[in-house]
Amino acid sequence: MDAHSVSHGDAADHAHPTPWLYGKIAIILFALTALEVISYELARRPTAPMHGLIEPVVVPILLVLSAIKFALVAMFYMHLKQDHKLFTNLFVWPLIIAGAAIIALIILFNYWLHASY
Amino acid sequence: MAQAAIAHADGPIDEAHWTSTGLNSRKIAIWAFIGSECMFFASLISTYLVYKGKSLVGPLPHEESQCMLHGKMQACEGMFEIPLVTFGTAVLLFSSFFVVLALYGAQNGNRKMLIGWLSATVLCGLFFVGMQVYEFYHFYHKGMGYSTNLFSSTFFTLTGFHGTHVTLGIIWLGTMLHQAIKGKVPPEKALNLEMAALYWHFVDVVWIVIFPVVYLMR
Repeated sequence: MDAHSVSHGDAADHAHPTPWLYGKIAIILFALTALEVISYELARRPTAPMHGLIEPVVVPILLVLSAIKFALVAMFYMHLKQDHKLFTNLFVWPLIIAGAAIIALIILFNYWLHASY
Repeated sequence: MAQAAIAHADGPIDEAHWTSTGLNSRKIAIWAFIGSECMFFASLISTYLVYKGKSLVGPLPHEESQCMLHGKMQACEGMFEIPLVTFGTAVLLFSSFFVVLALYGAQNGNRKMLIGWLSATVLCGLFFVGMQVYEFYHFYHKGMGYSTNLFSSTFFTLTGFHGTHVTLGIIWLGTMLHQAIKGKVPPEKALNLEMAALYWHFVDVVWIVIFPVVYLMR
């Protein structure tokens, strides 16, 4: 490994965001959490406005909002956006395997439950 | 040449060592550990989801149900208190914000900023664990023990393990705070705090998944 590639990786390590950007991310995270709870409340109360609209899609809404929050924390607070790609790979590949395992188990157990043996 | 470049960018010469990737081995180790933790929590989350809605008796998370209380079957209400947990979630999210500010302070040699924000992070962590202890205590007194039904077993296992991780994070950050107060976290040793912060953020992102999956999805 030559000096150029080493210093490039480390320089990227130290180019972290400013406190102002961290603050903006915190506000976005808080707003997304509020949106999650508002969606839950609208779906839960039959008399709430837009109940009929929100209720059938509340699970995808919650999953998408959660995924956005997850990505924001990983990219900016955990510095994956600025850091070396190896760190992203060490985090994302186990995450993909973990997500696949969750989906596979849910499908498998539902199949098992409804299968006629 | 390469060793000199690493030493210059990564801190004092005695801490630097040559690695084939050119990256700090400890940072690679913490990321590998976090990757393995993803698998661990995936197993707990999938177990919760697989058994979701399959409890034969109450209490249940959201709905009223029949449950055994004081030796006899009676109607009991849904367990979750969403406002309290939402507040706990917001506190945990803000603690992630506070710890990046503490890290920024450490990297820039701002000791006041480091100690102040790190103290706020530890306090937020303690509040979150306190909220969880209160919640567990409350559930127990409403008739939901660890082995009451499938919901209670999977819920306590998942959130209990998360709470344990938060507690370990508080101990780690508390140790860093102690070091910072003694003046032992100079900018060239900010990586020590960065590793603790990465673990703390991971605990936060796990809760970002647990909160909607367990508390909000009916």
